[in-house]
Amino acid sequence: METLLLSRIQFAANISFHILFPTITIALAWVLMFFKLRYNATGDAKWMDAYMFWVKVFALSFALGVVSGITMSFQFGTNWPGFMETVGNIAGPLLAYEVLTAFFLEAGFLGIMLFGASRVPGWLHTLATFLVAFGTTLSAFWILVLNSWMQTPVGYEVREGVIHAADWWAIVFNPSMPYRLMHMLLASALTVAFLIAGISAFRRLIGDRSAAVLTTLRFGLIAAAILIPVQIFVGDHHGLNTLKHQPQKVAAMEGNWQTGPGKPLLLFAIPDAELRENRFEIGIPHGASLILTHSWDGVVPGLDDYVAADGTVLHPPVFAVFWSFRVMVGMGLLMLLVSWAGVWLLRRHGAQDLPRPFLAGLVAMSCSGWIATLAGWYTTEIGRQPWLVTGLLTTKDAVSDVASGMVLGTLIAYLVVYGILLAAYVGAIFYLARKAARGETLPPEPRLGLQPAE
Amino acid sequence: MSDPAVWLPFTFAALMGLSILIYVVLDGFDLGVGLLFPFAEPAEHDRMIASIGPFWDANETWLVMAIGLMLVAFPLAHGTILTALYLPVAVMLVGLILRGVAFEFRAKAPSAHKPGWDRAFLGGSLMASLSQGFMLGLYIMGLQWTPLTVGFALLTAVFLTVAYSFIGATWLILKTDGVLQQKAVGWAQGGIWGVVLGMAAISLATPLVSRRIFDKWFGVPEILLLSPLPVISAGLIWLLWSRLQQLPAPNDRQAWLPFAVTIGLFVLGFLGMAYSFYPYVVPERITIYEAASAPESLWIILVGVIVVLPMILAYTALSYVVFRGKATRLDYALVEPLPPPDRR
Repeated sequence: METLLLSRIQFAANISFHILFPTITIALAWVLMFFKLRYNATGDAKWMDAYMFWVKVFALSFALGVVSGITMSFQFGTNWPGFMETVGNIAGPLLAYEVLTAFFLEAGFLGIMLFGASRVPGWLHTLATFLVAFGTTLSAFWILVLNSWMQTPVGYEVREGVIHAADWWAIVFNPSMPYRLMHMLLASALTVAFLIAGISAFRRLIGDRSAAVLTTLRFGLIAAAILIPVQIFVGDHHGLNTLKHQPQKVAAMEGNWQTGPGKPLLLFAIPDAELRENRFEIGIPHGASLILTHSWDGVVPGLDDYVAADGTVLHPPVFAVFWSFRVMVGMGLLMLLVSWAGVWLLRRHGAQDLPRPFLAGLVAMSCSGWIATLAGWYTTEIGRQPWLVTGLLTTKDAVSDVASGMVLGTLIAYLVVYGILLAAYVGAIFYLARKAARGETLPPEPRLGLQPAE
Repeated sequence: MSDPAVWLPFTFAALMGLSILIYVVLDGFDLGVGLLFPFAEPAEHDRMIASIGPFWDANETWLVMAIGLMLVAFPLAHGTILTALYLPVAVMLVGLILRGVAFEFRAKAPSAHKPGWDRAFLGGSLMASLSQGFMLGLYIMGLQWTPLTVGFALLTAVFLTVAYSFIGATWLILKTDGVLQQKAVGWAQGGIWGVVLGMAAISLATPLVSRRIFDKWFGVPEILLLSPLPVISAGLIWLLWSRLQQLPAPNDRQAWLPFAVTIGLFVLGFLGMAYSFYPYVVPERITIYEAASAPESLWIILVGVIVVLPMILAYTALSYVVFRGKATRLDYALVEPLPPPDRR
């Protein structure tokens, strides 16, 4: 395989692995802050138990997020030098501000948040927890500004083939940024809500009857039930924003080849890039027109409009975008069903008497947020192809000329490491859950018979 | 110097250099502690980890800062440097991943897996240290891959790794006591040659590689003006060596000294290299002025740096103050543990 394809697979592997962990830590930091404040306010030990369990998951996820993120910053240079050479004047300051304002903030206060409660006054520990949570969210803000600018670039000018910033306000608040940021923050919150509900359900199933696990089970379910309709609403508006600014992406999401009115919403199809049509289509008549234009006979853009006269394809690969989008939406609808059923069951039976099959279903949904988030990112990132920065820089023009054998070798190394770490991560969370259910705490580390500081 | 196209690249080169230096010192001792794992008893591992646990994440952020500054300030250089260093960079990244996650997993995974994660911690630290030393050597050799340059890079890989284990040992002298501290003194005595040979190898090789660098050091009057650098370095090494014979001292006096002096040595070595390579960012090929981003973009970042850097330094200092003193068991607990008897 050639360097371009291998580099793309490598970047996809790295960023897919990376995003799993920020998706958890962004929202979980705020959840921990909430647990701590509830404990401060009520003095009820269950909130501290909840904090003590989830702070471990947080620390583990944070470490994985940090180290996999370092890989990303080097990938720009090792595999995609054309990116910074062309748009470095815009991407550079955005990345620099992420490091300066967010990375250092979260990393600087993480030590105090995790290990400092017995060494600093209570207000300082609360402040450290807040700053870590704020830092993770700020980090998401900067990186989504950059990603959104790559999707919908504005506020720039081209001088001698290099992009220069003309209007920073326009660059930061580019057209797709508010939608993408909201969509991602909600995705993080939903991922954490289902993770908390799923792991709490797991602890219930293996006989954990503690007050903390009932509280977190209720917390996860109610948070999910409130957030999922909001996410569907925001996602719909994000889609309309994409229709306005990147219609070729929407055409691929809908599997729509010819521009026209009254287009169906396809539930199933196998888009064929060779024939430039779908096979085995099953659709709801006029559905796509209705959703995208809010009118029965609205015109939906088609992929055929994005083929240049010389036959160059200027729209994304259809199959991957079409199906990623369906996986994301399908997972979202499943989340809606499960969380609303959960709240209904909570009202009917209470958290302590939820039916076992439902608890088992929640366990199965523990990682549903990850699946939806990845599918959503695949939709939007593959949907930007063949561009790296829409209309300004193609992906193939940015790749380095490193030998393909080297890219393949490092790709295999990364995949092996990521596979092991992912298995170890999921294993560790369930191990911690089993241990907590048995009422144990951290492994009995030897008390280091030492005098404290000073 | 009033022309922004001159002083902005210079400022950013200085900031990038500062970030690399801070990274090498701070993550140097983290990595060093990992490298010393096999020499300690498993029972001592927890305390070694506890000595770096609250800091390592922020320490590693300086690497992101350094690479970020190169990325944003010198976009033409970063592609050249990083594609030339493709393989060692990948080895370093996998090493940093293993090292960073082993921290967490060893405390949270089933205890039967703990020795495995301890090995991952050592292996990751070793991969990161060796590859950083290799990159240093190859950079000095002008980023060329020939048998000679690779041979030199392999040498610097070993020297830097030993030097990291040395600064790690001096950190443990500062942060531990009892048997572990005595062992750390022994490790430092056994590792000081890495610092000496590393500095010597770089000092000898750098002027030999480039006529320009040779003239910068051995011309007149430069040789007179620069002579304090090697003299001070030699003095610091002597000081280190003689103090290490007398540690640990009663009442833990001067336990901070080896670590502080080692920082001084790292700073001197770094200043020497910076003097040699200026104004080049890609040795003998691209200067910082040729590689720099547009002044407007550098301005935007500089404003952020001026506002934020003092805050970063302040809360980094806060973290070191909060976790000062000898390393104790790390604990997530929200409530204060029972006060020890000697606390007022």
